[in-house]
Amino acid sequence: MIDLLQRLSDAIGLSGNEGAVRDILRDKVAPHCDDIRVDALGNLICHKAPESDIDPQAWPRKVMVAAHMDEIGLMITHINEDGSLRFGAVGGIDPRILVAKRVVIGENAVPGVIGARPIHLTKAEDRKKVLAMNELTIDIGAKDKDAAAALVSPGDYAGFDTRFQILDETGLRTAMGKAFDDRVGCAVLAQLVQSDYPFHLYAVFTAQEEVGLRGATVAAQGIEPDVAFALEGTICDDLPKDEDISPVTVLGDGPAITLMDRSFIADRRLVNHLVRTAEARSLPYQFKRAVAGGTDSGAMHLAGEGAPAVTVAVPARYIHGPVGMISLADYEATVALMRAALETLQGGVTR
Amino acid sequence: MKDLIKRLVEAYGPSGAEDEVRALIESELADAMDDVRVDAMGNLIAHKQGSGGKRIMVAAHMDEIGLIVTHVDENGYLRFARVGGILPGTPVGSRVRFRSGAGADAAMGVIGHEDGMEAKADGTWDKLFVDVGATSKADSPVQVGDVGGFVQPMADLGNRLVAKSMDDRVGCAVVIAAAKALSDTPNDLYLVFTTQEEVGTRGAVVSAFGVEPDVAIAVDVTPTGDYPEAKPKSVSLGKGAAIKVLDSGMISHRGVKDWMVATAEERDITYQLEVLDRGTTDARAIQTSRAGVPAGCLSIPTRYVHTQSEMVDMDDVDACVALMTALLESVPTL
Repeated sequence: MIDLLQRLSDAIGLSGNEGAVRDILRDKVAPHCDDIRVDALGNLICHKAPESDIDPQAWPRKVMVAAHMDEIGLMITHINEDGSLRFGAVGGIDPRILVAKRVVIGENAVPGVIGARPIHLTKAEDRKKVLAMNELTIDIGAKDKDAAAALVSPGDYAGFDTRFQILDETGLRTAMGKAFDDRVGCAVLAQLVQSDYPFHLYAVFTAQEEVGLRGATVAAQGIEPDVAFALEGTICDDLPKDEDISPVTVLGDGPAITLMDRSFIADRRLVNHLVRTAEARSLPYQFKRAVAGGTDSGAMHLAGEGAPAVTVAVPARYIHGPVGMISLADYEATVALMRAALETLQGGVTR
Repeated sequence: MKDLIKRLVEAYGPSGAEDEVRALIESELADAMDDVRVDAMGNLIAHKQGSGGKRIMVAAHMDEIGLIVTHVDENGYLRFARVGGILPGTPVGSRVRFRSGAGADAAMGVIGHEDGMEAKADGTWDKLFVDVGATSKADSPVQVGDVGGFVQPMADLGNRLVAKSMDDRVGCAVVIAAAKALSDTPNDLYLVFTTQEEVGTRGAVVSAFGVEPDVAIAVDVTPTGDYPEAKPKSVSLGKGAAIKVLDSGMISHRGVKDWMVATAEERDITYQLEVLDRGTTDARAIQTSRAGVPAGCLSIPTRYVHTQSEMVDMDDVDACVALMTALLESVPTL
């Protein structure tokens, strides 16, 4: 389980260029699926039929579970005369996190750094300002424009250069790495595919979530699920606060169930089913305590004639940055909760 | 009609929790329609079989604005996020009712502000809280994720009514009254009472896909520009049913708008044309469903929209019912 998560976290796959992530997942899940295909937007759609015929009265018959393969990052837009590279954002990035970070660019993983003037050369007031994205460049160590153009091109993607590592083996069982939003969701889904269910499971590893739920929109229109789940790595801001204001999620407190975000309102039957399942199996869970962000549920619940949907997420600190942090205990609890919830879905949720 | 409106506006039904409103409408419509179903998003779809006319979808939304609890603090106060567009400045002092996820009544509360009498309506929300009378977290009858709806009894001012959730329960009442008043019609009618309009016309997206109408009309409220120092608007209270030309999300299909105007003139129904610079309705979602649907909107002029005291005029309401009924009885040629 950890090995897959590590490989997924280390792989670079920005929105619209998810191939490296897709290859890892296809190898992992193909032996457990009846058919597997890649659609026009790059979604990896894995179908697993029930082992025996379904009771015609049973509901749901088609369950879609989505986790997005893409991560946020940068795209090269221009090569300057001096060989430095201009770039834009792919997905939601706060420019404050960019300065002095290492990136790798394009198919050949050309290394570079987002350059920053050293402290010796900056004035006190300069250090109070945030450098906007158009004031920053990536330095790949090239002598001039021609030298840089031999290595990279405008349109190349640049991802953060971060390696997965396990920090605390016993307590919170923390792991540090990039792109836990949503590679940890992909890892959870890859585990779920290994079990058998009494309905048609459509495990969909989606493309282009970070730029507007685009992969899930078309995948769900094609599948028209009866029930939909999105698996995510979600906001976790559990560091100490001055006021008695709730953190969105807490690391180590278990899978976070979304009640409402900017893209959808969770179906209460599914929320209640998850809570009952967690309590019956003595699994930890928490609610996501903010109405923020959007997930593939936003696209799936509006497909066709609509579907009940809910999002279940592994809390991840510092998402949408070069390094995030999760608890492996949360990851494992999310697999356990989702597996149990899916196994008891028929009969556990009224139509 | 006033009694129907009263029961509808006083019902609890923030976006995603429309059950109480749906049950009320379902019982009202049982005799008037051939069959009624509820789809996956909770839309109530009432169908009356036609005989060679058009398949017409009418949409009025059941949901209202409200709030969702994000935190219960050590002293039992609740922090919340908005469900739909609550206006800054309106919530302090408002009463809210909570229902738990299971649907049973949980608690009443009042919205307070950290700055008390110095509170400013500056558009920030993190200083607001709800007091449910609890003295500790353990004592709170409300939990994270519970949804609150505003509480405000309807006031009957004679020809005008004031209540919360006129947006869009008065629209629901207009559609119900039209369904009951309807004589024979050749049209295949789908009266859809939609969910989650206030968070982005979501119920209309899926119900329009399912119904696949030839023509569609949304029925919703529209703000007026007739109170002191109001920004001028095309619509005034008491000047009749408003036929939408456009809003910031949709341009009415010319043929649908002309059909509505011609029908109003034929039946001598008082109407006014509506041009709205801000806001939209379910018609926006229906118009872009599948390969596109000719759509328009019948609006009920309403003052103080998105406050807990929205005002309508009964002459306008009656005009809307008369126009809706006449539209459903006639076959549009677009």
